[in-house]
Amino acid sequence: MDKTLERHRDGREWLVETLVWSAAALVTATFCWLLGDILWHGLNHLSWAFLTTPPRNAGREGGIGPILISTALILGVCLSVSLPIGVGTAVLLAEFTTDASLFGRLTRRSLDVLAGVPSIVFGLFGNAFFCKTLGLGFSILSGGLTLACMVLPILIRSTEEGFRAVPTEYRLSAAALGLSRTTTLFHLLLPAAVPGLLVGLMLGVGRAMAETAALIFTSGYVDRVPESLLDSGRALPLHIFDLSMNVPGGDAHAYASALVLVVLLLGINGTASWLAEHWLHRRIVTI
Amino acid sequence: MTSSGSNTLSHWSTDRLLLWLLRGTATLAGAIVLLIVGFLVLEALPVLRHVGIGRFLTDPSWHPAEGLYNLTPMLWGTLFAMVGSVLIATPLGILSAVFCHYYAPLAVMRPYRKLIELLAGIPSVVYGFWGLVVLVPLIGSIHPPGPSLLAGIIILAMMILPTIALMADASFAHVPPQYVRGAAALGLSRWATIRGVVFPAAQSGLFTGVILETGRAIGETMAILMVCGNVVQTPHRLFDPMRTLTANIALEMAYAFGDHRAALFVSGLVLMGLIVALVAAADWISHGRIYG
Repeated sequence: MDKTLERHRDGREWLVETLVWSAAALVTATFCWLLGDILWHGLNHLSWAFLTTPPRNAGREGGIGPILISTALILGVCLSVSLPIGVGTAVLLAEFTTDASLFGRLTRRSLDVLAGVPSIVFGLFGNAFFCKTLGLGFSILSGGLTLACMVLPILIRSTEEGFRAVPTEYRLSAAALGLSRTTTLFHLLLPAAVPGLLVGLMLGVGRAMAETAALIFTSGYVDRVPESLLDSGRALPLHIFDLSMNVPGGDAHAYASALVLVVLLLGINGTASWLAEHWLHRRIVTI
Repeated sequence: MTSSGSNTLSHWSTDRLLLWLLRGTATLAGAIVLLIVGFLVLEALPVLRHVGIGRFLTDPSWHPAEGLYNLTPMLWGTLFAMVGSVLIATPLGILSAVFCHYYAPLAVMRPYRKLIELLAGIPSVVYGFWGLVVLVPLIGSIHPPGPSLLAGIIILAMMILPTIALMADASFAHVPPQYVRGAAALGLSRWATIRGVVFPAAQSGLFTGVILETGRAIGETMAILMVCGNVVQTPHRLFDPMRTLTANIALEMAYAFGDHRAALFVSGLVLMGLIVALVAAADWISHGRIYG
């Protein structure tokens, strides 16, 4: 090959390689800065007392005990509504409809749109439907139901993946044995699809726990321990938002709360990706 | 997969009951989008009826208390923040996926991919908080006031970068390995292979990734609300504070009533329309042009 051409080409290779490495370095550095900052400032204020005591003086002092309880209650409502609907839909899409059927295509398309709806629009909808029309007011119930609508697409997609990972022979053998489809579903397919379901569950919990905008106008701001599901309760992300924007001098506790939230989410998302990697594509015989 | 419908094996009545039950849940799940659009329209209708659509673009300003509903500054805010962040995040995200697939040594690749996955799960309020306490003062020291379009663009770019990086990563993984081997057999260099073989083959995945990140950029609320300053004005420079459509809803819903509240639902409808258009575009790309 021509010497000058080769040198020209080597130069370009070198340039691109530098560019690619510096892009990766830039991304890594920025995010280490973010995570390091949260960790460094957050650790100072983190203690057992911070996790269990109620906030005082608008959150500048005290802890986040009631806020963790509200967050857990909102998640509980969200999951107990979205799980049955999500699993049912996933079973229908994976086992009882073909890809070409009109009903299946319409449902899938509508879930694709739902997955893209901005969280603030979910907030508007939740406020208009659950709080106003159904009369639930600003409550844990309204917030949880709004989040349930939001996490459905993620839940359905992973659960469906889980069902599709179950080998076809299972269904054929069950049919050859004369098992009803209900029996096949509950005794064979569902246990085998559990990993996919768990991944979906984890991703859904992660998304719901990170959510702020959909909760401002549905579950509200009250930072006491809720007495019932019809009470307003403040979720952890909303607490961080309130401390940093509306409470002068709230930064220290906002850092600590952000650290708690990030650690919780890390745990949840880590579990999801571990499950997906180690369990989802392994064939499991349960009977 | 076994087919549905007239399956001769399933004549149990429980099967039929189960099928109807499942259809019920799926209908419910599928109907949520319609419910959302329905309620947005229902709540927006009063103001659309006696104010009209035109005035949302032609009114002199956004002063809902005085019956002035000009949404254009917020529309420009959303548009500028979206375009800026997509322009920064797309090349960085694609380069970072290229790094992961073709340049990084194995020992670096795994932790790097884990880092990107981790970032995809960080909540927007944490990005916003970091922007507020670190980035905004930094920008303020270079060019006051600090809360600005620039801060919004940078934070948004950080938030949507994992989306495009993971999408690009997945579509590179789907490029048939014989393409890359063929390129190697032809003596193409690494970059020539990536540019001439991998990019075209992964095209539809990359475009879908760009559309997904655009959707996230449009819909993002909390982070942008925390770093942009929220002044209702069309930003003319990067250092001007501004307000987006989403931030406007979050800021004013708390005390809005009557026509003002309805006007916020109109902006919700606008956002919904943008997202539907993007999903339709993503659908068209992924079905219209398969790899190659």
